[in-house]
Amino acid sequence: MSDKNTTRLMQGNVAIAHGAVAGGCRFFAGYPITPSSEVAETLSETLPEVGGTFIQMEDEIASMGAVVGASIAGKKAMTATSGPGFSLKQENLGMAVMAEVPSVIIDVQRGGPSTGLPTKGSQGDVMQARWGTHGDHPIIAVAPNSVEECYYMTVRAFNLAEKYRTPVVVLTDEIIAHLTEKITIRPDSELEIAERIKPENSPDDYLPYKMTDSGIPPMANFGEGYRYHITGLVHDETGFPTNDSDEATRQLMRLNTKFDKHLDDILDYEEFNTDDMDVLIIAYGAPARSAKRAMQVCREQGEKAGFIRLKTIWPFATQKIKELSRQVDTIVIPEMNLGQIAGEVERLTPDATSIIKVNHVNGEAIKPKEIVNAIMNKD
Amino acid sequence: MDYLNYLRKDKMPHIWCDGCGNGIILKAILRTVHKLGWDKNKIALVSGIGCSGRTPGYVDFNTLHTTHGRALSFSTGIKLANPDMHVIVVSGDGDATAIGGNHFIHAARRNIDLNLIVFNNYIYGMTGGQASPTTPTCKFASTAPYGNPDSPFDISELAKAAGANYVARSTTYHTARMDRYMEQAFQKKGFSVVEVLTMCPTSYGRANKETGTTGADMLQYQKENSISIKKAADMSEEDLKDKFVTGVYVDKDEPSYLEKYQDVRDKANK
Repeated sequence: MSDKNTTRLMQGNVAIAHGAVAGGCRFFAGYPITPSSEVAETLSETLPEVGGTFIQMEDEIASMGAVVGASIAGKKAMTATSGPGFSLKQENLGMAVMAEVPSVIIDVQRGGPSTGLPTKGSQGDVMQARWGTHGDHPIIAVAPNSVEECYYMTVRAFNLAEKYRTPVVVLTDEIIAHLTEKITIRPDSELEIAERIKPENSPDDYLPYKMTDSGIPPMANFGEGYRYHITGLVHDETGFPTNDSDEATRQLMRLNTKFDKHLDDILDYEEFNTDDMDVLIIAYGAPARSAKRAMQVCREQGEKAGFIRLKTIWPFATQKIKELSRQVDTIVIPEMNLGQIAGEVERLTPDATSIIKVNHVNGEAIKPKEIVNAIMNKD
Repeated sequence: MDYLNYLRKDKMPHIWCDGCGNGIILKAILRTVHKLGWDKNKIALVSGIGCSGRTPGYVDFNTLHTTHGRALSFSTGIKLANPDMHVIVVSGDGDATAIGGNHFIHAARRNIDLNLIVFNNYIYGMTGGQASPTTPTCKFASTAPYGNPDSPFDISELAKAAGANYVARSTTYHTARMDRYMEQAFQKKGFSVVEVLTMCPTSYGRANKETGTTGADMLQYQKENSISIKKAADMSEEDLKDKFVTGVYVDKDEPSYLEKYQDVRDKANK
């Protein structure tokens, strides 16, 4: 890697693959699926160059299993897929949640349900990312809206996964994935790279699911002398299964609240013109590009529009959205689904707040004009 | 050897029923590890779901109890991420060849450096005795009250056809043979499968009383109905019905996945 900034023309999926390697990824397991294929294709070339491993597995389920296994053995590991594959990965994604194994899942969203619109963009997996695997559980999901962000957000996804012992979903979409634009790559030496917290005590005293103040237990890798047990069953601090109701409550509550003390680090968003706004736009991913333009057009026409772009989707930026929603009577939410984030926002805002949804489920990008029209015609 | 050196004593008693054959297989695994002198820190024992799935919990290695049928997938990740580890996978007949069937054949095709031990008791024990992919035709199970209409898989033949470097089958009665097969399998590069025919008196024996209803009776039945692979070669399909064929099915040295992937790395860095 160069020690200076390099500027290149790059596709979103390729940027994710390069960002992964820069972020420390040394293991990729995947299964071919449109529109994510370039991620796997790029990594099949680059990972062996850096001593890493690329493996094309027999199916999506196996890919997620291999990623969790590789992470347990100490490698930063990732898979990439799209909606139908993301459905299949939920089983072993749940295992990663339960066993608290750092892992990164790239979901290049395409139209659904089922086989849907394979070559067209969508944001239909937002709720699948949140609740796709069974049982109450925490999850982190982030959404890039540019090629450059595909690169850096993948680096960040690995950091979050390692710091918080969790799977992290990068919810990109076909539009950003196949967009080619300018990207500036900083030298690797300038990147902040996080590693999992390792145990400091001896193997005899090691508790792989210890109740720590931070909520995040230190993690030993297999092969390092700790010889502990990992299971998808509810387990106590030692990692062994338990049927004790009190212990189950303790561990599951720790699991489900383990991000609570770290929201300042996990939540990420950017705001534009929210100080004097009369109307708020909330967007993420590809539609956020149109939303930003729509805000500018509205301002030019005398309508005081503000905009928040969510970079972290899950956990949801509850406090921030509550604060901003108090400043306005109208919130406009463009999404390439039928209102999956709008539903979250509705739960947080008073009944009097008017929520205008601008939705596409046909694979076509949402144009700035559609958002502008929704704002201008709100009364 | 002292088995207790390899067991998590505080996790006993185990959950397996009286007369279950799983402990016999576990002891063979431990004897083999002991004989080969493997460092416990460098062994991962991985399982899926079911009675076999509980094996890792009792053993003092790096142990991973995964999702149903997926043990080979997780193990593939472990082995590729840390090739210094010996990765032993334990799986039941349902786990390995029904829900995990795709992973099983592809692990064999890939010739990935894993040692799979299949605990084949012809039934889903943990869930109460339902028919599995190895339940023989016409035998009974809780979901085959009129006799099983399905045809069973031959796990060893399947592994052989799919490309494993080493495949052998024993019964829990033939412990010396089982030890020999495991020793050969554990030293083999590439994918190895040792299929052990084991007994489940609680579910299989109760539904199929002619095979024995206690562990001891079922071991006796194994002894009386086993045929070596050499003898079986000259017997008709009809004569082999309800017989246990044991022996080494494959013993070859095709390049393993780790060896082949090192070639990839070398080419990438030329």
